[in-house]
Amino acid sequence: MTASNLVETETSDDAVRFVLDGEIRTIRGVDPNTTVLEYLREELRRTGTKEGCAEGDCGACTVVLGELEGERVRFRAINSCIKFVPTLDGKELFTVESLRAPNGALHPVQQAMVDCHGSQCGFCTPGFVMSLFALYKSETEPSRLRIHDMLAGNLCRCTGYRPIVDAAEQMYGRGGDSAGDWLHEPHAGNGQATSSAEAACVERLRSLQRRGTLALSGPALGGGEHRYFAPTTVDDLANLVQSHPNAYILAGGTDIGLWVTKAHRDLETVIYLGNVGELGRVSTTESAIEIGAAVTITDAYDAIGRHFPDFGELFRRFASPPIRNAATLVGNIANGSPIGDSMPALISLGATLRLRAGAGTREVPLEDFYLAYQKTELAEGEFVESVRIPLTPTGRHFHTYKISKRFDQDISAVCGAFAIELDGGTVRNPRICFGGMAAIPKRASQCEAALEGKEWTESTLPDALAALARDYAPIDDMRATAGYRRAVAHNLLRKFFLETSGFEGETRILGRRR
Amino acid sequence: MSESVGKSLPHESAQLHVTGEARYTDDIPEPIGTLHAAIGISEKPHARIRSIDLEPVRQAPGVVAVVSAGDVPGHNDIGIRDDDPIFADGLVQYVGQSVFGVAATTIEAARRAAKLAQIDYEELEPVLDIDSALEKQSFVLPTVVVDRGNARKAIDAAEQRLRGRVRLGGQDQFYLEGHIAFALPREGGDMLVYSSTQHPGEVQLVVAHALAKEAKDVVVECRRMGGGFGGKETQPALFACIAALLATKTGRPVKLRPDRDHDMIITGKRHGYRIDYDVGFDDRGRIEGIEFTLASLCGMSADLSGPVNDRTVFHADNCYYLDNVSITSHRCKTNTVSNTAFRGFGGPQGMFAIEYVVDEIARHLDLDPLDVRKANFYGIGERDVTPYQMTVEDNILHELIPELEESSDYRERRREIDAFNADSEYLKRGIALTPVKFGISFTATHYNQAGALIHLYTDGTVLLNHGGTEMGQGLFTKVAQVVAEELGIDVERIRCTASDTSKVPNASATAASSGSDLNGMAAQAAARTLRERLTAFAAETHGVPPEAVSFAGGKVQVGDAELDFAELVKDAYMARIGLSATGFYRTPKIHYDRETMTGRPFYYFAYGAAASEVMIDLLTGEYRVLRVDILHDVGKSLNPAIDMGQVEGGFIQGMGWLTTEELWWNPAGELKTHAPSTYKIPVAGDLPDVFNVRLLPSGRNNEPTIHRSKAVGEPPLMLAISVFHAIKDAVSSAGDHRLSPRLDAPATPEEILDALEELRRRLADAGERSGSGAM
Repeated sequence: MTASNLVETETSDDAVRFVLDGEIRTIRGVDPNTTVLEYLREELRRTGTKEGCAEGDCGACTVVLGELEGERVRFRAINSCIKFVPTLDGKELFTVESLRAPNGALHPVQQAMVDCHGSQCGFCTPGFVMSLFALYKSETEPSRLRIHDMLAGNLCRCTGYRPIVDAAEQMYGRGGDSAGDWLHEPHAGNGQATSSAEAACVERLRSLQRRGTLALSGPALGGGEHRYFAPTTVDDLANLVQSHPNAYILAGGTDIGLWVTKAHRDLETVIYLGNVGELGRVSTTESAIEIGAAVTITDAYDAIGRHFPDFGELFRRFASPPIRNAATLVGNIANGSPIGDSMPALISLGATLRLRAGAGTREVPLEDFYLAYQKTELAEGEFVESVRIPLTPTGRHFHTYKISKRFDQDISAVCGAFAIELDGGTVRNPRICFGGMAAIPKRASQCEAALEGKEWTESTLPDALAALARDYAPIDDMRATAGYRRAVAHNLLRKFFLETSGFEGETRILGRRR
Repeated sequence: MSESVGKSLPHESAQLHVTGEARYTDDIPEPIGTLHAAIGISEKPHARIRSIDLEPVRQAPGVVAVVSAGDVPGHNDIGIRDDDPIFADGLVQYVGQSVFGVAATTIEAARRAAKLAQIDYEELEPVLDIDSALEKQSFVLPTVVVDRGNARKAIDAAEQRLRGRVRLGGQDQFYLEGHIAFALPREGGDMLVYSSTQHPGEVQLVVAHALAKEAKDVVVECRRMGGGFGGKETQPALFACIAALLATKTGRPVKLRPDRDHDMIITGKRHGYRIDYDVGFDDRGRIEGIEFTLASLCGMSADLSGPVNDRTVFHADNCYYLDNVSITSHRCKTNTVSNTAFRGFGGPQGMFAIEYVVDEIARHLDLDPLDVRKANFYGIGERDVTPYQMTVEDNILHELIPELEESSDYRERRREIDAFNADSEYLKRGIALTPVKFGISFTATHYNQAGALIHLYTDGTVLLNHGGTEMGQGLFTKVAQVVAEELGIDVERIRCTASDTSKVPNASATAASSGSDLNGMAAQAAARTLRERLTAFAAETHGVPPEAVSFAGGKVQVGDAELDFAELVKDAYMARIGLSATGFYRTPKIHYDRETMTGRPFYYFAYGAAASEVMIDLLTGEYRVLRVDILHDVGKSLNPAIDMGQVEGGFIQGMGWLTTEELWWNPAGELKTHAPSTYKIPVAGDLPDVFNVRLLPSGRNNEPTIHRSKAVGEPPLMLAISVFHAIKDAVSSAGDHRLSPRLDAPATPEEILDALEELRRRLADAGERSGSGAM
């Protein structure tokens, strides 16, 4: 791409186009920092969607996105409070107001909620309805556990959840007056032919897909302009990042969104990579899984969980479905938080990153990516293109544990990941990494050294535990004290030992031990 | 046969909830020119303000007006004792205290501007916790002591004795809809305030005083709240006042909606406690004498701390007869947010205290805690007077507890758990069955009154209003059911309308679980007045005695004739019969002497019990609630589905209080758990794997309450004390129940791991002393 046609694409389009209630909407002149929630409530006066926290943790703002996936529409719940309006481009948006049938009949999800007494104060209810709607349109017969997982991003303070979970079980049988309305039909199963209503929706969405970059600008509150670019190719992305070195690179926005809603910061220039098709791919070869920067946690989970069940369990407890549907794995990595859930596991698995600047790329082991608190290896004009996870050599044991105040949708106090190879009972190549124990996700190098080449027996543990105590100097904060972090890290090594050395008893309250 | 009372009708707003059409304060369409407000808050826990420069705030984009202490025309206070200023005046006493308000053209502009003030603080030494407050004798209110018998003597004479201390954390209400007020100036200085409040009448008075106006000049309206839980009893006044002050200053509508962080930082929560006890008991575990010192974290002002702490005292007996008892209640003043009402209103903390002691006694004697509980239960006709001299007349523990013990299979499961624990090295299970007895009525006797207003229209439809507020608890539904019952019509014919100080005056807060008891009776009285007028009219026009007139199924039987209800109403209108009536109710029997803390503060008691089983991980302190069985007494239920919702929801909320919900302040006095990312209320996945909840089938209130129902809002929260004790039981099992663990609340994984470590150390010490091995 040349500079001249870059300029051309930057100015070629100044409108966000998305579908709402079956109609294509075109928005011009909106501040790109505007959240979908603000837009719904303040511009459209669709006040069914609520703000409970403005940080993606309570789910009162849950809406559903319809996205093209081949000939199908995929329904995904997201948090509208931290979703920027321009990222709706090319998608269909469903809000709680979208669900009634034209004849006024309640949606089966809504009817089930009424029948099961699933609302009390009602403020969280639209969010629950939308999470359930996404489930209704994407799965059939979810188990109770699955329902719990799919509702992990929705807080209710009144009901105690039981009636809502009941409604989730019963919603599939509630279609009555509204039969025939596509949104009221449950997920048909992936083998089913596309209905004409779905085909029409697919057609509308297809008409919105872009070849070139979406470039927007809109007035900022304090004067000046906010700019937004959404390229569709990696090359365009790389050029934009080079030409706007101070731009914020936006993927899921589940952290950057908070910079706006909580820190009241101005994001002057944003480059969104979610429309770059090449970055939305997961490729699995015999030797590695490679995950592009635009792949959501939800999609990464499917690919990684297949190979590393413990990682899958970690992902199940990673934030909440609406967050996982927006957030990307690479975003979790590039963000550089010391408490990001994915990094300890990825580091212990020996993951590497591909960094890109302009036309050039380089590979960096993930553990070398983090330099200091929220400081990474990324140079100006550079971004993370993908993460590569080497596949386990046989005989390697990999376990990971997340410790938090609440099992679901919490940030870990400590997250530990352990990978060792056992060569006839001798430890080889141990890779142990913790989150929450230092300013960055950090390997336990002294502990690893104490294990390398030793017999994997009880007698090896005291030295390894003593070394582990020297590896970290954790801090006190609202999630845990330093003392607890140390004690748990210590005990997790023991747990890992038990689980990989023939201990017969149960060691886990949740999730199966592997 | 009942028309609607006793039926599991859906919440009156259920359809509106699920469609998003239910309108909350923030959803009310804004008139052109509406401004949005934000509050500038203190960054220091205790400091004198040397100077404030608000110029940067005024100059910020979009700002229209700024107000601070000097701009309040009336009374700059929302508190009960003049200790809760709307705007700090020279002194700040907690991080988050309101210092000024700003109104701007957008909410974002207001929030950004609110951060721009230049405040010069002269820092003073803060008191940040209970221990320091006790040391400095820093109290918001005088210490209260309730004595009966001679506790000291009884303890000294007892066969067994235990002393100890346990700490109990506070809790944020975490209503999903945060605080909000929307003030609209009208004509002649008249102000309409939409407020998310459990107490519109108080907001009305406080706003009037702040504006230097009178009650008649302010109307407060609230159709519904997105949850209250006590957090919107006194707290809404601050937001309403600031919105009203800015609206007065600008002459424009002003909406003030703090974000979640400000909501949690600025407003009060459940009181945390330090509980010290000294108890003497016999070999069966029966308590002979007990002394409690209950010290609570009140924060910087009194707010409701007086009655909250009184209620702690009133519930420090729970279900147990305490012959010789002395309870000392300290109300500690700290430089933290002023704590306030939260479901249970101090009662849960008192109940927690005695349940902890009873459990300790059982562990000390190596008895099943349930047996020790039973040994101490209030008797029937004997051992039935509370420490505050009220006779427990409606004790149903002797029926309820055995029934739950049986249905939950408590004894068999304890055996199974012992067997499991013997075989399981790293995972341990525990079980506990705990009872609840909760006193119903406001302890402030004058609050126990209510009014209602009912209009009948000529098409036979009904407009219903009363002083209660709807926060999700189903009050409007239940009251509509009562009115439907009285008039013999379908609830569909009744419209529930917003709580409104201009319709029913001087209404009490919707609190103390009393909403249905009070407003149900008031509405019934109003409906009865109308029915009697219609009856007299029908009897006269049809020439039958009044006894021959009856209302049912939307019809009115008048002798042999049957009329549509609407037809009769229309006829009555034509005959110029008044079709609007008010109703009033005040709770009988109650009285209470504040000086001596004795009397009959409660009209009756609500009872319940829960058996909970948990599993803990000895390596991490993580836990899961495996099974919960609940049997709860709601009297004759007005609406079983709504009551179940209160029982289950209250239980889960109580479970959060005692497990995952931890308030954490840093050493600078800043609350760092001020959003759902850091403050963890239960989620769906925390539901017990098995959750058997039943309303006591034989429930019936001895007192003539509305249709013999019982209040249900608060009592179920305390059922969750069983979860805490199940966890303690599981921890105890890690040491083969040889020593009782020291577990504070909330029992987070960290707290549980600490308790395990501490237990291990004590066992090791004991082992060294006795020469036997450690655990």
